[in-house]
Amino acid sequence: MKEPRLISLARHAVLIVFSAIAVYPALNVLSISLRPGNRLRSTDLAIIPADWTLASYVELFTEQPFLTWLGNSLLVSGLVTLTGVALASIAGYAFSRYSFTGRRAMMLAILTTQMFPATMLLLPLYILIARLGLVNTYLGLLVFYTSTALPFCVWQMKGFYDTIPASLEEAARIDGCSRAAAFWRVILPLAAPGLVITALFSFMTAWSEYIVAAQVMQDEAMFTLPLGIKGFQASLSSQWGLYAAASLLVSVPVVILFLSLSRYLVSGLTLGSVKE
Amino acid sequence: MATVELRRIEKKYPNGYQAVREVSIEIADGEFLVLVGPSGCGKSTTLRMVAGLEAISGGEIAIDGRVVNDLEPGDRDIAMVFQNYALYPHMTVADNMAFGLKMRKVPRAEIERRVEEAAEILAIGPLLTRRPRELSGGQRQRVALGRAIVREPKVFLFDEPLSNLDAKLRVQTRAEIARLHRRLASTVIYVTHDQVEAMTLGDRIAVMNQGVVQQIAPPLEIYRRPANRFVAAFVGSPAMNFFPGQIADGVFETACGRKLPLREPAGLPDGPAVLGVRPEDFRVVTGGEEAAFLEVALDVVEHMGPETMAHFRVDGQDHVVRLDAAAAAQPGDAVSLGVQPEGLHLFAADDTGQRLN
Ligand SMILES: Nc1ncnc2c1ncn2[C@@H]1O[C@H](COP(=O)(O)OP(=O)(O)OP(=O)(O)O)[C@@H](O)[C@H]1O
Ligand SMILES: [Mg+2]
Repeated sequence: MKEPRLISLARHAVLIVFSAIAVYPALNVLSISLRPGNRLRSTDLAIIPADWTLASYVELFTEQPFLTWLGNSLLVSGLVTLTGVALASIAGYAFSRYSFTGRRAMMLAILTTQMFPATMLLLPLYILIARLGLVNTYLGLLVFYTSTALPFCVWQMKGFYDTIPASLEEAARIDGCSRAAAFWRVILPLAAPGLVITALFSFMTAWSEYIVAAQVMQDEAMFTLPLGIKGFQASLSSQWGLYAAASLLVSVPVVILFLSLSRYLVSGLTLGSVKE
Repeated sequence: MATVELRRIEKKYPNGYQAVREVSIEIADGEFLVLVGPSGCGKSTTLRMVAGLEAISGGEIAIDGRVVNDLEPGDRDIAMVFQNYALYPHMTVADNMAFGLKMRKVPRAEIERRVEEAAEILAIGPLLTRRPRELSGGQRQRVALGRAIVREPKVFLFDEPLSNLDAKLRVQTRAEIARLHRRLASTVIYVTHDQVEAMTLGDRIAVMNQGVVQQIAPPLEIYRRPANRFVAAFVGSPAMNFFPGQIADGVFETACGRKLPLREPAGLPDGPAVLGVRPEDFRVVTGGEEAAFLEVALDVVEHMGPETMAHFRVDGQDHVVRLDAAAAAQPGDAVSLGVQPEGLHLFAADDTGQRLN
């Protein structure tokens, strides 16, 4: 049935308005990053200003420790991703397949941690890290980020394993696999989409995080990108051009990650294995 | 090839449910044993204990004389075909079949030879490079069979392998499994709730109910001499007709007073009993020769082609008689029925329903 014209128009109008709201800030940042000098506000409505320049970008790489921060961020986020995927893939499997005492209680406990706003956990986690002597270390950040990302990842992986029929592992075990081998050779390859989501989530948790990093890291040479970028926004003289340029560059790895992993995000990998 | 012995095995699930009770079955080398019974009777549980997928709560299972209770499934030298096929979705058909051999470190050339041979037997050669999702249900089933065959195991285990196929394919695959069994002469345990599969495939059938084996016997013996009322009712379609009543002085009398003289009353205790008659064991009595057991008016008449199934009611119970198609029976016809002497089954009226004659 064809939809009445008025409804169709209204539908598009709403979508356009919301798209504009979503896109406007990003375009604005692009615009600021291209302006010469340090202009935050401008009467010019053009997205690419007439007198555009890449000066801010050049300065980032030549005069600012941007590359160091980038390296730090990649290191921390990469490690968080690895740890998150490794732990969540195993823990999720245990929750999905084994019945053991305390299983329900543990799952509820994990879920409960997700109900507090992350900032509430800041103080206790900071004390923990301070006691461990991990302040101003990458390991400190790693512990912090992993512990905040892991609960979601474990639940997500458990949910994913739940969709993989148990008869697949049983077939593998009859084919001569130990439980571990069946997990490794049959279940894990099928859980790839779940692993990708877990990896993305872990990475994102660490990549754009500011508040925790500001507590744990003190040495500028060890700053992650969000920390470093915030430094451009000083109380007296903010360097808006640098701030905007760096913000855009921060999102590049995330975009690349999303694009390269998107083909794994399609579900239906187990299609055809069993008949429901 | 091997013998399989179940010695008083028990299964109690962690939630306390006793799914299998003291099941003892001896399966001979090369025998095709069918486990049959209604849904939830513990067939799959029994099979999965043989496979090693379910822990055994009591008793022993021995394959080729060796107790396997504590062996991993992979070390029992069995192959299993699952109801849902359980093919590895990320592997090609060839890799699916080769997987078990690879895990056992069989030399590559040997793996190829066996996969090719199985593919030929099952006519799935052209499918070897496909993934399971690119196959039809029937093709998946053949691949699942192939994966079991290449292993050349001591024992084949099947859990309702045909129940996901449509009726026509089911008949074909059933014949295929029978052919395979003759060709490989292997020991098979086959679980189904379909009595036609049980009757046609099994060398012997074990009928289970509520975790207990009711009778183990060759198909025809199960059909002709069911050990109790449960087996009698479960095997045969349409089901056996039952008439509650009394035995007295060599005569069975139904609750509503119809009398049937018993030919061999010796050893039959007087008292309450249940008479069982299969639909084909009634005979139409046309005057004179003997007194009819029942005089009934036909209710629903189903013409099947080679035969006619006619329903009638006695004491408010529905019963079925098989009539000669040539008789062209119509609803409302009055028919006098006797019972073939060899088709007369008597069961205890108590809960055990043990066979009396
Ligand atoms: N993991 C389990 N925990 C508790 N009870 C179970 C479990 N698995 C099965 N059961 C129960 O054990 C009984 C036997 O189950 P089983 O799967 O062996 O039945 P089945 O004879 O194969 O039936 P079907 O024809 O429906 O497959 C059922 O009543 C079932 O509810
Ligand atoms: Mg079953």
